Amino acid sequence: MTDLTSLTLAEARKGLADKTFTSLELTDAHLSAIEAARVLNAFVMETPDRARDMAKAVDEKIAKGEGGPLAGIPLGIKDLFATKGVRTTACSKILGNFVPTYESTVTSQLWRDGAVMLGKLNNDEFAMGSANETSCFGPVGNPWRREGSNTTLVPGGSSGGSASAVAALLCMGATATDTGGSIRQPAAFTATVGIKPTYGRCSRWGIVAFASSLDQAGPIARSVRDAAMLLRSMAGHDPKDTTSVDIAVPDYEAAIGKSVKGKKIGIPREYRLDGMPAEIEKLWSEGATWLRSAGAELVEVSLPHTKYALPAYYIVAPAEASSNLARYDGVRYGLREQGKNIIELYENTRAEGFGAEVRRRVMIGTYVLSAGYYDAYYLRAQKVRTLIKKDFEDCFARGVDAILTPATPSAAFGIGEKGGADPVEMYLNDIFTVTVNMAGLPGIAVPAGKDAQGLPLGLQLIGRPFEEETLFSLGEVIEQAAGRFTPARWW
Amino acid sequence: MSVDAATVRRIAHLARIAVSEDEVPHLQGELNAMLAFVEQLSEVNVEGVEPMTSVTPMQMKKRQDVVNDGEIADDIVANAPATEGHFFLVPKVVE
Repeated sequence: MTDLTSLTLAEARKGLADKTFTSLELTDAHLSAIEAARVLNAFVMETPDRARDMAKAVDEKIAKGEGGPLAGIPLGIKDLFATKGVRTTACSKILGNFVPTYESTVTSQLWRDGAVMLGKLNNDEFAMGSANETSCFGPVGNPWRREGSNTTLVPGGSSGGSASAVAALLCMGATATDTGGSIRQPAAFTATVGIKPTYGRCSRWGIVAFASSLDQAGPIARSVRDAAMLLRSMAGHDPKDTTSVDIAVPDYEAAIGKSVKGKKIGIPREYRLDGMPAEIEKLWSEGATWLRSAGAELVEVSLPHTKYALPAYYIVAPAEASSNLARYDGVRYGLREQGKNIIELYENTRAEGFGAEVRRRVMIGTYVLSAGYYDAYYLRAQKVRTLIKKDFEDCFARGVDAILTPATPSAAFGIGEKGGADPVEMYLNDIFTVTVNMAGLPGIAVPAGKDAQGLPLGLQLIGRPFEEETLFSLGEVIEQAAGRFTPARWW
Repeated sequence: MSVDAATVRRIAHLARIAVSEDEVPHLQGELNAMLAFVEQLSEVNVEGVEPMTSVTPMQMKKRQDVVNDGEIADDIVANAPATEGHFFLVPKVVE
């Protein structure tokens, strides 16, 4: 039954509806695949008993004709989403054996719609990283390798477990989160589809907070259609998150196959970096050609503050993180290290519980918010953020429907290859994605080709606020033209 | 701007993260690399620009001022490292 894992979500939905197989069979096939792929380290907790119980329950519902839109579909859940009764750690030692007594809004909506949970997926500690190397459970392997090489590559991050598991056919889709590129960059590194919706589209309630003004949940899936199906269930207004937007969730799947004729696509000149690999440049112009052939109109646009997005991000995100992570103090939950007094208890707990990257970002955040530096750093960065958003607004005001860019400046790299000496080297991975978070816009990464070494590369489409449907329509044009990419199994 | 060793120790204390003496030079290097990277923001003209406070133009929703949750003390302390009844235990704070 292993072939069941190679179905797309849309194909599996049909098979379940036609009673070709049951959710239990589909779930068991994925549980076996997970077991056989432990070397990838994509799952930090497998929940087979719970998965089978959920599958059996949903099979009964399907039999009665009461299955929801995702009835019987087995999914993986990033370990940043609180799951009731199932350990949730954000892949940090500081959360220890934290078992939530509540369920995140996004996951509760997936279960409401009939999905089945296979387990919790690895990620960078508190979602801080671009290679999934900062997890307290160790790095994740990318199912893709360079041609003729046995070197294990990173799947990108922070949603590295989600991307790796989806690409390796361990789950039919996965939840992920994106603060600076954490859905789109790993999707690009693994030839999967990832969408970060508009800020406010998905509830952040019950998701471990990193930088609250930037964090958004979204799906990673194996096709544009699958991503559309998942987002429809994940999105929606939630009174428990005051930043969640009260706008009806459209049927995103209906956007698949819709004509893109006459859509105006911007090509931003500032994304043409010095020293950009020729194959990325080539992929980008190929993408433009595909969209033009489908009837879209291509225009050059300018987003003049692009180069300031990443530095502004590395002030805003650590500042918000230092404040959000203040709650990990060894008192109410998680790890506790003893100290002579309460201050020492806090300091020892946080020194022991946070990994190097998290410590570094909390400290930078503390510094830029501290007395005497707030105006020079934080306030200035928030002003620059206004300018970045205005660049996009000006562009959309001139009739541009979406913007096409490369998703990443390179393909996947080896574990331990980047950021050893200078943290900034790793941060540059997010150069094309971070602008989208700063402006609160939706962005989708779609696989578009391979580099000379046979590694997948992706293109990114950036849309107007709450116009995810346009991204799904355009994304599917790229998908149709580029074809689908599946890694050769070595694990 | 860059930070010296004393500032690194001060930030660590503000962040409530214990840092040993031999970690200071390394942290100082990393923090200064980040500060050097963000330095380029000083060249942006932000004269008269409003700092961003909300990325989506929306009125923040206000909830009804009513009790609609609670009575879950068991849940609240369920994950605590040290408790007594429904209380969190910490080292003595007030002498």
